[in-house]
Amino acid sequence: MSDLPFILFSLVAACAALMVVTRAVPVHALLYLVVLLLSLAGVFQALGAPFAAMLEIIIYAGAVMVLFVFVVMMLNLGRTDRDRERHWMAPGIWIGPAILSCLLLAALCITLRAMPPTAAPDTLVSIGPQAVGIMLYGPYVLSVELASFLLLAGLVSAFHIGRNIRGTGAATGEA
Amino acid sequence: MNAASPTQALLLATILFATGLLGVLARRNLLLMLMSIEIMLNAAALAFIAAGARWHAAQGQVMFLMILSLAAAEAAVGLAIILRLHAAGRPTLDADTGNRLKG
Repeated sequence: MSDLPFILFSLVAACAALMVVTRAVPVHALLYLVVLLLSLAGVFQALGAPFAAMLEIIIYAGAVMVLFVFVVMMLNLGRTDRDRERHWMAPGIWIGPAILSCLLLAALCITLRAMPPTAAPDTLVSIGPQAVGIMLYGPYVLSVELASFLLLAGLVSAFHIGRNIRGTGAATGEA
Repeated sequence: MNAASPTQALLLATILFATGLLGVLARRNLLLMLMSIEIMLNAAALAFIAAGARWHAAQGQVMFLMILSLAAAEAAVGLAIILRLHAAGRPTLDADTGNRLKG
């Protein structure tokens, strides 16, 4: 397994993430976010996690992004919103958060470099769905129940918050 | 060359997390802030997957599933709140005026 696909997917993911946070039109940012998620799925595949890669495509790039697309459609943003967004993205607003993020990035990189060089494994072993499923429904079955509680709470609260908007009963559903 | 992949993946996760943090801090549009939070969650998930690949353990993907369900619930509730704000008569999605929400 060559290292080249991993590097390509990583470059695409980093560029797409940068494009997401700098676009003025929400739909463009959403499309770049989909590109980011798909390339992250490629990264997962290159790291030997095909199950996570498929779930990333199906649930993230599929279900969650469809939720976002529906909300952008319902918000009905226009040209004035884009102009206001451009106005908000003035350099004076960006400079402080950019400095803070660069500081965090530098600190994390220094921490990564300072980690003791443990003996790296020679090869990446692909961990398939079977091993994940055995682990998930063996020692971690309680966390599965907790996740189901979380999803139920999300469903109920989304239904409660989104009930009866303009009489259309626009529940946002569940991913 | 190939063995360095988990470290490189951690580096990518760091970059993605910093980018998402930049988005949350700098944008004022609620929808874009939610997307940046999704980027940060993905960076955390990538760190878990990289750790799982480093130690040949399936626990990394188990934690990825937890993060996935967390992100789905968070997106559903956040988007519902955004729709509610929009329906409350606020045409802009400015995060600074969220205190007008009632109920």
